[in-house]
Amino acid sequence: MSGAITQAARTLHRRRTELGESKLARALLIALALLFLALFLLAPLATVFAAAFSKGASAYFAALAQDETVDAIRLTMLTAAISVPLNVAFGIAAAWLISKYDFWGKSVLVTLVDLPFSVSPVISGLIFVLLFGAHGWFGPWLAERDIKIIFAVPGIVMATTFVTFPLVAREVTAVMQAQGNEEEEAALTLGASGPQILFRITLPKVRWGLIYGVILCNARAMGEFGAVSVVSGHVRGLTNTLPLQVEILYNEYNFVGAFAVASLLAALALLTLCVKKLAEFAASSRQAKREASLSALGVPLRATTGLEGVAL
Amino acid sequence: MSVRVEKMIKRFASSNHEAPAVAGVSFEARAKAITTLLGPSGSGKSTLLRLIAGLEVPDEGRVFLDGEDVTFRSPRERNVGFVFQSYALFKHLCVADNIAFGMKIRGLPSVQVRKRVAELLSLVQLPGYGARFPAQLSGGQRQRVALARALAIEPKVLLLDEPFGALDTQVRLELREWLLALHERTGITTILVTHDQEEALELSSHVVLLEQGKIAQAGSPHELYDHPANEFVASFLGGANVIQRRVAHGAAQFGRNLLPAPNGASDGTPVHAFVRPHNIRVRKPNGDAAVDLGKIERLTRVGGFVKVYVSLPTGESITVQMPKSELDTLAVEPGDVVALDVLDAKVFAQRYSI
Amino acid sequence: MRFKTRGVLPGFGLSLGYTVLYLGLLVLLPLSAMVIKSSSLGAHEFWSKVTDQRALAAYRLSFGAAFAGSLINAIFGVLVAWVLVRYRFPGRSIVDALVDLPFALPTAVAGIALTTVYAEHGVLGEQLAKIGVKVAFTPLGVTLALTFIGIPFVVRTVQPVLEELDPDIEEAAAVLGASRFQTFRRVIFPSLLPATLTGFALAFARALGEYGSVVFISGNMPLRTEITPLLIVTKLEQYDYAGATAIAGVMLSASFGLLLCVNLLERWARRAEAR
Repeated sequence: MSGAITQAARTLHRRRTELGESKLARALLIALALLFLALFLLAPLATVFAAAFSKGASAYFAALAQDETVDAIRLTMLTAAISVPLNVAFGIAAAWLISKYDFWGKSVLVTLVDLPFSVSPVISGLIFVLLFGAHGWFGPWLAERDIKIIFAVPGIVMATTFVTFPLVAREVTAVMQAQGNEEEEAALTLGASGPQILFRITLPKVRWGLIYGVILCNARAMGEFGAVSVVSGHVRGLTNTLPLQVEILYNEYNFVGAFAVASLLAALALLTLCVKKLAEFAASSRQAKREASLSALGVPLRATTGLEGVAL
Repeated sequence: MSVRVEKMIKRFASSNHEAPAVAGVSFEARAKAITTLLGPSGSGKSTLLRLIAGLEVPDEGRVFLDGEDVTFRSPRERNVGFVFQSYALFKHLCVADNIAFGMKIRGLPSVQVRKRVAELLSLVQLPGYGARFPAQLSGGQRQRVALARALAIEPKVLLLDEPFGALDTQVRLELREWLLALHERTGITTILVTHDQEEALELSSHVVLLEQGKIAQAGSPHELYDHPANEFVASFLGGANVIQRRVAHGAAQFGRNLLPAPNGASDGTPVHAFVRPHNIRVRKPNGDAAVDLGKIERLTRVGGFVKVYVSLPTGESITVQMPKSELDTLAVEPGDVVALDVLDAKVFAQRYSI
Repeated sequence: MRFKTRGVLPGFGLSLGYTVLYLGLLVLLPLSAMVIKSSSLGAHEFWSKVTDQRALAAYRLSFGAAFAGSLINAIFGVLVAWVLVRYRFPGRSIVDALVDLPFALPTAVAGIALTTVYAEHGVLGEQLAKIGVKVAFTPLGVTLALTFIGIPFVVRTVQPVLEELDPDIEEAAAVLGASRFQTFRRVIFPSLLPATLTGFALAFARALGEYGSVVFISGNMPLRTEITPLLIVTKLEQYDYAGATAIAGVMLSASFGLLLCVNLLERWARRAEAR
């Protein structure tokens, strides 16, 4: 069946080239597009690595080996290690709920899941300060018990989890919605229980969407700046994540240091893009690919299950 | 195992203002027989099948499997075999694992599972295909795997939802025959959903014809074909000419043929007469004035049969079907005027005006 | 009375419970804190905080730069999507993957990289300085940074629509005598319009709230190059919680308004496609 699709696409392409723009126009358009991308995408990307290695490889590694940097790496990884699994569990539960059932209040739920996407990262941090900060709701209560959330690690983890939780949920929901529920229903008639259906049928079906969602969630969790900046105390060695460390080093005019740390994050970003490409190749249907792509951008989730077509 | 459905009603939330998908259906599928749920799109047949399987929950009504009330039981516990129109094979599992799925869920020992998978593969005539994946199979092969998978759990009832709908005509015909043979071997109670009346007539011993969520008529294929209860049944099954007449002297007149009017139809009532194409005789006119005449517009050969398109003086057109040999004997051509005899017709008071 | 749900697959209770718990704790609780805090200000105080000079300047900059950046993206996004879908050239796959870079790259990294590129001695900044254009620490710099952020949005929403465009339509136009450009203007672009607008709105929404990528290149001069999110952070650092919340409220309303627009646009786009 996938063979049929590429054949049609090839025919489409052939038809287009016969009737399409002149070779010159085409070349110009390609050049213009590539120029735009080079200016806006490649220039910054290349700069990161160029600046990082501007004083040579030894300076680069020395910058990375700094105590503060190592601490920042540790904190970043800790944050990701907590928020990503939590968000994966939530993402699978929410995706299952949204794609397989219809119930009253579903659109409200879907909107809530979409929320962090439409909120500025600064505001995401702000709301936790309002809750747990010294003058926040729980501020006095926490101070009494000497529990620190804001300007400490728990606050960072919470803010990061808030900002990244829609990612897995949206990706997996989009893929589940695109693939429909028939295989799950078939498994049900064959006698499978809920967990059996989830682990043997559904998760294998959506594995590439899930992997992409996890990678994206992880990249954002490690790279979140705005929200974390608000809740962290910027205390070096203690409450600095990698992105915050980048800021500190940059503001101190330690460019090699700043860009060295930045290069780690940039490498992570490139890895994310590679995995996405791989996931795309492995994705079984164009529809699923498209839904996954749109969901990553922030297009609102549809509050449908796809059951509507089954009426007959 | 027999299946009985009582007063089933199912509404869909999105269409609260419309009629329910299933609006009060009761029927029984006899054990070991093939029963067909037949009807046009939107008649509720698929919904009814899913209700029997437990994939939908009814608003009212009950489902009985072998006398037991299973209405509120999950599909897991009903032990039914369900085959989807789109096969719903597990794409990430190979054919053998697909078939073995139900057995593995039940924790059967793997030696037994492998043996049974091999048996089923030869039953559906796909021996040795175990290692392939659904993506590598043709539509007909996938459907057979879906059937094998459903049969693997030794269900008491087999439910087939338009199993051949997505296949090419040739494959569809082959699989139809194959299904009949399979049913003879296994003897499982089978309920089949289809919109193809030919399929229904060929495969089943009992047909339930649905229209807009209600049963239009239920009975053996012959009953529905020869004695349709109303216009809908007559026009849905078998293809028919519809001739409009008015009742006069208690009958509808078609040339010499007096077709009995439906009960209680007074003179002047408009009626529809349903005449099957092979129930009209064509002959050369012999001057008898009382006979209905028509003009041949076109002849079309279809295999060993000929379709003769005849236009009537009333402006209506009818189709007559006859074996080619009969046409050769008649020796008529387009443009000829011929005499028509109606051998059998079903007359109904007009429900719709066409 | 059984809880009426559509769908017989098991796990409804569990998935609903966990989802609601998570959302309640993580989303509803913090958000209500914000809503309550904003409403604790009197209407008069709220209004004065929200409309003082500095705030207004910040809105102007944030909205203006976001708009400009998204507009640039709308135009070039369609171009890039067109080139990626219609033409084959070496490295196309890589370029296609790279389009998502602004999405995957941490904002702080983007921020310092962009600043370095456009600073007076930077790769591009130097060239631009020669023609008298200053980028870093000006609204122009903010706009360029926001353009970077929004690249994937238009490209990725327009690409699928382009891919599914029926070539028959273009051929029909050609047979009727339309030139290539006319075909594009009258036939192709109208079908791309809903997706373009959706991409524009998404890029705009993201650009409004953007912090990390902009904070370095803007210079953060109050009344001149201070973006709204930064204003919020500044107020927080001064313990003016009320002020920060008030301005955050304005931003949130704008975001929700945009989200609503995107919802409507998506519905329009889907209806247009179904035809």
